[in-house]
Amino acid sequence: FRIMAGKVKWVTDIEKSVLINNFEKRGWIQVAENEDWNFYWMSVQTIRNVFSVETGYRLSDDQIVNHFPNHYELTRKDLMVKNIKRYRKELEKEGSPLAEKDENGKYIYLDFVPVTFMLPADYNLFVEEFRKNPSSTWIMKPCGKAQGKGIFLINKLSQIKKWSRDSKTSSFVSQSSKEAYVISLYINNPLLIGGKKFDLRLYVLVSTYRPLRCYMYKLGFCRFCTVKYTPSTSELDNMFVHLTNVAIQKHGDDYNHIHGGKWTVSNLRLYLESTRGKEVTNKLFDEIHWIIVQSLKAVAPVMNNDKHCFECYGYDIIIDDKLKPWLIEVNASPSLTSSTANDRILKYNLINDTLNIAVPNGEIPDCKWNKSPPKEVLGNYEVLYDEEMAQSDGSDRDLRGRSGQSTGVKGSRARDSGKPVLTTWK
Amino acid sequence: AMLDPDRGLSLTIARVVQRLQGSSLHSQLERQARVSLHKPEIKLESLKEDIKDFLKTSGWEKKLQNAVYSELNVFPSPCHPAAPPEHIKEPLAYMRKAQGSWEKRILKSLNSMCTELSIPLAQKRPVSEQKELLNKWNEMGTDEPDLSLFRPVYAPKDFLEVLMNLRNPNYENGEQPSFRNHLGLIQVPLKVKDIPELKEDFSELGLNIGQLGIDDSAQVPPEFFENEHVRVGQKVLAEQDSAAAQQYVRQGCPTALRADLWALILNISNQPEDILYYEQLKSNVIQHDLLVDSLIYKDVKLTASNDDYYFVFEDYLYQVLLCFSRDTSVLEHFTYSSATPPKSYIQGKLGMEEYAVFYPPNVNFNSFILSVAPLCFLYHEPSKLYQIFREMYVRFFFRLHSISSHPSGIVSLCLLFETLLQTHLPQLFYHLREIGAQPLRISFKWMVRAFSGYLATDQLLLLWDRILGYNSLEILAVLAAAVFAFRAVNLMEVTSLAAAEAVLADLSTLKVMPLLQIFLFATVT
Repeated sequence: FRIMAGKVKWVTDIEKSVLINNFEKRGWIQVAENEDWNFYWMSVQTIRNVFSVETGYRLSDDQIVNHFPNHYELTRKDLMVKNIKRYRKELEKEGSPLAEKDENGKYIYLDFVPVTFMLPADYNLFVEEFRKNPSSTWIMKPCGKAQGKGIFLINKLSQIKKWSRDSKTSSFVSQSSKEAYVISLYINNPLLIGGKKFDLRLYVLVSTYRPLRCYMYKLGFCRFCTVKYTPSTSELDNMFVHLTNVAIQKHGDDYNHIHGGKWTVSNLRLYLESTRGKEVTNKLFDEIHWIIVQSLKAVAPVMNNDKHCFECYGYDIIIDDKLKPWLIEVNASPSLTSSTANDRILKYNLINDTLNIAVPNGEIPDCKWNKSPPKEVLGNYEVLYDEEMAQSDGSDRDLRGRSGQSTGVKGSRARDSGKPVLTTWK
Repeated sequence: AMLDPDRGLSLTIARVVQRLQGSSLHSQLERQARVSLHKPEIKLESLKEDIKDFLKTSGWEKKLQNAVYSELNVFPSPCHPAAPPEHIKEPLAYMRKAQGSWEKRILKSLNSMCTELSIPLAQKRPVSEQKELLNKWNEMGTDEPDLSLFRPVYAPKDFLEVLMNLRNPNYENGEQPSFRNHLGLIQVPLKVKDIPELKEDFSELGLNIGQLGIDDSAQVPPEFFENEHVRVGQKVLAEQDSAAAQQYVRQGCPTALRADLWALILNISNQPEDILYYEQLKSNVIQHDLLVDSLIYKDVKLTASNDDYYFVFEDYLYQVLLCFSRDTSVLEHFTYSSATPPKSYIQGKLGMEEYAVFYPPNVNFNSFILSVAPLCFLYHEPSKLYQIFREMYVRFFFRLHSISSHPSGIVSLCLLFETLLQTHLPQLFYHLREIGAQPLRISFKWMVRAFSGYLATDQLLLLWDRILGYNSLEILAVLAAAVFAFRAVNLMEVTSLAAAEAVLADLSTLKVMPLLQIFLFATVT
């Protein structure tokens, strides 16, 4: 009886072997949702129910879930942009050096999300911006949908007439999340490798938002397009067709490419160091880490930092041909489907390392613990940012140390909420 | 008769001079000398010395040095002046004969494919097709031509069979393999080095010497070795000294410096005329269609497209290989290769030299492809990528595809591998032999591809650093033996060839330099 009492009871509504195998290998016991459980790996729909006002669900101290109640502040495209804009304005008001702007009025350190507007609400603002660069391409994404559904590209105002009408209509038009879109400047100069476009998928684990403690999974990857990238306007429809085809064909993984295959991030690093040099490569990876941390800091004040929660995000990042990284999107529920054997192994290990951090020692959790796992359990994660550590000893604890051929950044960088040592960027 | 060293030296000098005389470097030097006449420091009374000094300070002398160094590296030392050209290609008659038969076989196979498919070996492309190809030059990978009827010309194991059947007719070959009690597959008496000799040759890989691939790992602070090594590398590049670069890379190249260091060693500078030459090759590809092209296509689709690392560069591979098969300047290296390329002419232009195309002989296209792909990690400008590959081919990789007695030739590498294994891991060797898993059957494909497609890219590049540094492919055989040594415990437990293959199927996690170092310097001999 006593031994049984010590085993973690788990529930999930996502039937994926990479999850279930991990629970079983820890000797945890599967239970049903209405029973006493300790660990619930839930889909985003379920988390909405659990924490909705109507349900009045109260989690007890020995229960942990894999989402923050209002994760959508980060993972919904429009809210993410809104929070980042708010964060920037706040920093500007405080006179923080982070919010410094250049002579064109662009943020030097915080310009990492492509210019974005909400439609129909910001339609007029968008038109103003559009007219500044009439030859630019924009990407329309529905706010509430995932998996690339409904995404398309435009390069003419006439293509979004519908939203012009909606914006002029009186406020009776309900701007339900289903109708709302974000429109972002399309990165039409992505970095190409072998002539192919790619994006980066990085996994970031957040165990607490206040103080912010987050980890980056070292084994991120690049996802390549087979379709040869071309920015020519005549090919827009073609690209559009390819985009949506993929979104429909692929099992809900990501949005804008046919998977031509994957590279590990360490491969990317090798390629960039070999062809561009070490300094610019280090700078790029520093910047990637930076924008992830900044995005988390931006939403930290509005996040419900429920102590029963942790979350593993899938960050989608595009690098342009000037080696500048852009944050495209953050996913609350990164796909656990595996397309290849290697994929399966990667995701299995990802869950394994995540569980080791979120549920220490695989024992029945006590959500009052300090959420400070020892270094040995990190596995393939490395500390991305630890606000407590950063503030306590003033020097930086994140990303210190070398990792040889892997993705880690060599050398240290101070990145607490005070003055950043942005030596490589000034 | 032995060649008198002085005679040998003057022959060498004469040959190098002759080769450089027509080169673009020569005309550049002349031009520089002429330009320098306008300079105030050049005085009529001391014209010769002043020009020489000028060439020295402006770096042109160094360029000349690098060119000479390159010639010496690539071309073998001359033998007796009375030696016929075949001897320069390959001194051993029976090897020449075997290479000749092998080539005939390949040509026969190509010709019969042509007849079967009613496709000529070479033909001019119709204009519309030329336009189409030009348009999709950068994305040939998106094509899906019907290649089902094209067979690969040969597989590595076919080539291995040929090598296994090589015999020196001057040796008594009874029922039992006799020389040196050699129990491996290769049965020709070539001289190969033993570990003491290899230790001397590869002394820079010793335990007390810093290496990239070992001493730059996470646990080692960069102050110990890495920082200084990078500094020295930058200096070598600043000096633009080929010989110094070749010595330097024996300890490995820092990733950021590798592309430039390799180019320096291979003496590739990507001059305008080089770019022009590449464009010319490209236009040859557009204008003429070769049977070999389809074979290349098929092989790229089969190999690189499925590779975890190389799939990204599929399009570059087509560009490089299609151009290569039309590059007659590669023919030069055949004076020192045992191979003689089959030559063909564009349909209807028989005998007209400007319409000649040659077939890279003994090309296992598979290996070819895999030897280009890693270079894509270093060079993304097509004409430079092309030149680097061509130079790597004519210096090193061609030896993996032709039958010769050269110490870096595939035959010697196989024998070196087998000898190392039999001498230093006899138990393992006998065990594998007993269960029908002759080690060479497994390691052959690694060596014939210079390990490309088997090692992780960063490890492969560290290995190729040493190929360049030591100007030899012997390290491939040493690594192959080191891999067997590393997995010896598991291999001792297998009972079939298939099981042995399985133990050695995945080399992607191996760290090359520690394996080499341990095998050479930390194993009791």
